[in-house]
Amino acid sequence: MASEVEKKAVFDIDSATEVVQELRASFVAGKTKDYEWRRTQLKAMLKMMDENEPQIIAALRDDLSKPELESSIYEIAMLKNSCKLALKKMKHWMMPEKAKTSLATFPSSGEIVSEPLGVVLVISAWNYPLLLSLDPVIGAIAAGNAIVLKPSEISPATASLLAKLVANYMDSSCIKVVEGAVPETTALLEQKWDKIMYTGNGRIARIVMAAAAKHLTPVVLELGGKCPVIVDSGINLQVATRRIIAGKWGCNNGQACISPDYIITTKDYAVELVDSFKCELERFYGKNPLESKDLSRVVNSNHFARLLKLLDEDKVSSKIVYGGERDKSNLKIAPTILLDVPQDSLIMNEEIFGPLLPIITVGAKSINSIDKVEDSFDLINSGTKPLAAYMFTNNKKLKEKFVEKVSAGGLVINDTTVHLAEPTLPFGGVGDSGMGAYHGKFSFDTFSHKKAVLYRSFAGDAPLRYPPYTNGKLRLLKALLGGSILGIIRALMGWSKA
Amino acid sequence: MEKSIAELRETFKNGGTKSISWRKSQLKALLQLINQNEDSIFKALDQDLGKSPVESYRDEVGVLKKSVTYTLSCLEKWVAPKKAEVPLLFLPAKAEVMPQPLGVVLIFSSWNFPFTLALDPLIGAISAGNTVLLKPSDLAPACMSFLVETIPKYLDNKAIKVVAGGADIGVRLLQLKWDKIFFTGSPRVGRLVMAAAAKHLTPVTLELGGKCPAIVDTLFTTPSKAKVTAKRIVGGKWGPCTGQACIAIDYLLVEEKFASTMIELLKKTIKRFYGETIKSLKNISRIVNKHQFQRLVNLLKDPNVANSIVYGGSVDEEKLVIEPTILLDPPLHSEIMSEEIFGPLLPIITLKNIEESINFINSKSNPLVIYAFTEDETFKKRILSETSSGTVTFNDSMVQFLCDSLPFGGVGQSGFGRYHGKYSFDTFSHEKSILHRSFYPEIEPRYPPWTDFKLLFIKLAYEFDYFGLILLLLGFKRS
Repeated sequence: MASEVEKKAVFDIDSATEVVQELRASFVAGKTKDYEWRRTQLKAMLKMMDENEPQIIAALRDDLSKPELESSIYEIAMLKNSCKLALKKMKHWMMPEKAKTSLATFPSSGEIVSEPLGVVLVISAWNYPLLLSLDPVIGAIAAGNAIVLKPSEISPATASLLAKLVANYMDSSCIKVVEGAVPETTALLEQKWDKIMYTGNGRIARIVMAAAAKHLTPVVLELGGKCPVIVDSGINLQVATRRIIAGKWGCNNGQACISPDYIITTKDYAVELVDSFKCELERFYGKNPLESKDLSRVVNSNHFARLLKLLDEDKVSSKIVYGGERDKSNLKIAPTILLDVPQDSLIMNEEIFGPLLPIITVGAKSINSIDKVEDSFDLINSGTKPLAAYMFTNNKKLKEKFVEKVSAGGLVINDTTVHLAEPTLPFGGVGDSGMGAYHGKFSFDTFSHKKAVLYRSFAGDAPLRYPPYTNGKLRLLKALLGGSILGIIRALMGWSKA
Repeated sequence: MEKSIAELRETFKNGGTKSISWRKSQLKALLQLINQNEDSIFKALDQDLGKSPVESYRDEVGVLKKSVTYTLSCLEKWVAPKKAEVPLLFLPAKAEVMPQPLGVVLIFSSWNFPFTLALDPLIGAISAGNTVLLKPSDLAPACMSFLVETIPKYLDNKAIKVVAGGADIGVRLLQLKWDKIFFTGSPRVGRLVMAAAAKHLTPVTLELGGKCPAIVDTLFTTPSKAKVTAKRIVGGKWGPCTGQACIAIDYLLVEEKFASTMIELLKKTIKRFYGETIKSLKNISRIVNKHQFQRLVNLLKDPNVANSIVYGGSVDEEKLVIEPTILLDPPLHSEIMSEEIFGPLLPIITLKNIEESINFINSKSNPLVIYAFTEDETFKKRILSETSSGTVTFNDSMVQFLCDSLPFGGVGQSGFGRYHGKYSFDTFSHEKSILHRSFYPEIEPRYPPWTDFKLLFIKLAYEFDYFGLILLLLGFKRS
C-alpha cells in the first residue's frame, strides 16, 4: 500500500537542508512571531477544512475506509474546535506570566515570557492522518513557530491532500508539508530542529529521539501501549458495553492509540459481559459486520497479516467467542472477542491496534490467579505504561485506588477515549507510551520556550554579596537566605550604603 | 550496580517513596545533613575548588537550605491534584490532573557547584516521590566522597543511593533503563546522555551552558549606578567559582566610547574584591584541575588574543590559579570568543551602538542567561523579543538562581527542561489526566448505526452549539 506517486525530484538531504534554511530565514525575519500572522494561518486552516470537507472525507475513505461520521467528527470537527480554541485564547496564552519574587532578590520583579522555539518538525501517524498532522501544527502556529509537517505515507491519499491544501491555503514560506517515506524522513531527521513532535510507535520513536540527541533537540513522543479496560460488576452493563465498543471499533476499528486494547473483568461477570457485547455489536454493526459501512477497514495488508497472526495463534484461536470472520480482499476483520487467552500469547504482548478484543478474567481459579478486580492493577502495572487506562465501576474506593495506583498517560472512569476531546487535560504518555503532552494550552506550551525574566533595580545593593568575605558577611547572608526578620532588617540596611 | 538499581526499582514498586510523610522525612533529613555538616562541606569545597566559606554558603549551602525549606512548605500543595474545567456537554463529569512520580531517576551532577547541582535536583526528585541514583562528578573528589559517605547516614538507603566514579561508571549507568535522567554538564556529554536515553525512551532534562553575555548600556551618567554595575559584573564573573559557572558572565558588550571607563571601574572593583596581584589573590576560587587550567591558558596562547589583554593575565600553574583577566576586543573568530570560557577571563567586545548587541548575541547559539544592564525600557523589550535564552536578567547577575518562582533551564544548545521551586517537582513528575464520567445521561448519537441525524447532532455538540442541539432534538433543525 506504499505510495505509488512518482516524485518529480528526490527529496534528499540537500532538499531537507534547503527547506530548513528557508524556514529558518522566515523565522529569523520574525514572520511567524507576529500575532496577526498566527491568526491568519489559523483562520486559513479553518477555511481549508470548511471548503474541503468532502475531499477530506473521500481521502480518509480511500486510505482507511473510514466512515463519514468518524471523519467528520474525530478528524474535522475536532480540528476545527482546536483551531477555534487557539484563535480565542491565543492572545491570553501569549501574555507573560507574573512570577512572585522572594526577599532574597528584593527589590525585583519576575515574569515568564513565552517565545517560539523556532523551526519545528511534526511527524504524524496514519490512523488519524488529518487530526494527528494538523492538531500539533495548530499548537506550533499559535506558539509562533515555522513548521515542517511530515504526514505518514501509509495514508497516502490524505498525505497528498494535505500537501496540496496546505500549499494552497497557508503561508508556504513558513509552513511546509514534505511527503515521503523512510528516506525522506531520514533526511529530515538529519537536520537541526528546535523541536520534534512524533506520533507513532516505540521503535521509530527511539530513532527519532536518537537523531534529536545529535542536535540537543527536545522531543514530544506520542506513542501507544495496551490500554486496559477494567470492568467491575454492579454497573450499567449496557452503557459500559456501548462505550467500550465506541472506543474500540468506533475509533478507526480499534486502530487508535487510546482504543481499549483488552478487558479485565471477574470470571463471574465475564459471561454477562460477553453477552452484552454480542447484543450491542449486532445492534451497531448488524449481523454481517464485514458488510457494515460504519467500520473502518484494516489499513493495509501488512497490518492485516499482523492481526491474523495474533488471531490464528494456536492457543488463541480457540478462545474466540464472537466474530473472527475476515475478508482479505477488502482488508476487513469482523469485531472479534476472545475470552481468557493465555498471558504469554502474542495478542497479550503487543499493542493490538485492530478489531480484536481479548477479555482476561480474574477470580478464584482464574488462569491469572488474581482474585479481585483491584488486584488487576498490579497486572497492568507489570506491563509497560499505556497511553490510557479505563475502568467501569460504581465503587468509590475502587475508583480511588485505580486513580492512585495505575500509571498511564491518562485515565477515564466509566467511559473510554473521550478525554481526548477535553482541551483542559494534557494528552500524552509516560514511560513507553511517550513523553510530553499537548491539546489546548498544552499544545501552545509544548511548542514554546518559557523564558524566565528577572528585573532588578540598582537600589538595594547589599555589600554582603561581594568580597572581601568576612565572618560578619557570612552571618548576614545566612540571615537573609534564611529569611529571619532581624537578619533581613540588618541586611536591608545595606541599602543606604549603595 | 545492577543490584542497587534493582533495589531502587523494588522500593519504588512497593510504594516506599509515595507517602508525603516519607518525602517530608527525607527532605528534613537532608536539611539536617546540611546543618550538621556545614564545616565539612566548606572544607570539601575548599579542597576541591578553593571556595571560601562565604561563597560556599551563598552558592551552595544557603541555596540548598532555602530550597529544602521552600519545598517542605509547598509539598502538600504541589502533590494535590489540580481540577480541570469540563465543558457543559461532558457533564456530569470531573476532570483533574494528578502528579505522579516517574519511578527510578538518575541524576548526574557537575563539578563546579558539586553540592547544589547534586542536591537541588535530588530535592525535586524526592519531593515528587521517586527513588534516585545520584552520580556526582569525580572532578570534585572531596565533595563526591563526602556525598557518598554522608548521604547513607541520613537518607533512606533503599530509595536514595549515591555512586562514586568517573566517566566509565557514567557510561555503564547510561546503558540501563531509567524513568528519567537529569543531567547538568556540557553539551557534548549532553548529546551522549540523550542518545543513550533514546534507547529506552527515557525523558531527560539537560542543563547545559553557553556563552552568557552581559550587555552594558550607557549608565555612566550616574557614578553610583556605574559602581553598582561594575560590582555586579565583577560579582557575576569571578564571584561564582572564578567564572566556572554555567550562568557566569562569559563576555561583555559595551559601546566603544565607554570601554575605557568600564575597564577602569572593573579594575578598581577587582582589586578591591580580590587583591592587587596574583600573589595577593583572595576571596576567589581556583581552577578545578590541570586539564581545565591548561584549556584556559591555551585560550590566551593566540598572540592576537594575548595582545588584547588589558588587565591580569598572570597564571600560577602550581596553585591552579589564573588571576582575573580582562581582554579588550580579542579577535571574534578566536577560540575565546567561540567556546564557552568557563573561567576567569573576561573579553569585552566594543560596538558602535549598543543596539548591535542583539545581532551579536543572535549570531551565537542560545545561552543559558542573557544579562542586560540598562534602564531603556524600549531596549529591554527589544532584548526580550529579539533574543532567545533560558533566562534574561536585567541590571544584575546571578541572582535569578535564587528565585524559586522562576524556571531555571536552557533553550537550544543551552539545554531543555527546567527546575527550581515547583519546577523541580514537576520535572520529576508525570502529570496524569483523569476524567470521571457517570453512566447517565447517555447520548445515543454516540453509537452506530450512523445516520444523518446522528452526524448533525454530533457536529452541533462539538461546536458546543447547545441551542442548535435543542432545536435539532425538538425537530426544528433538519439534517
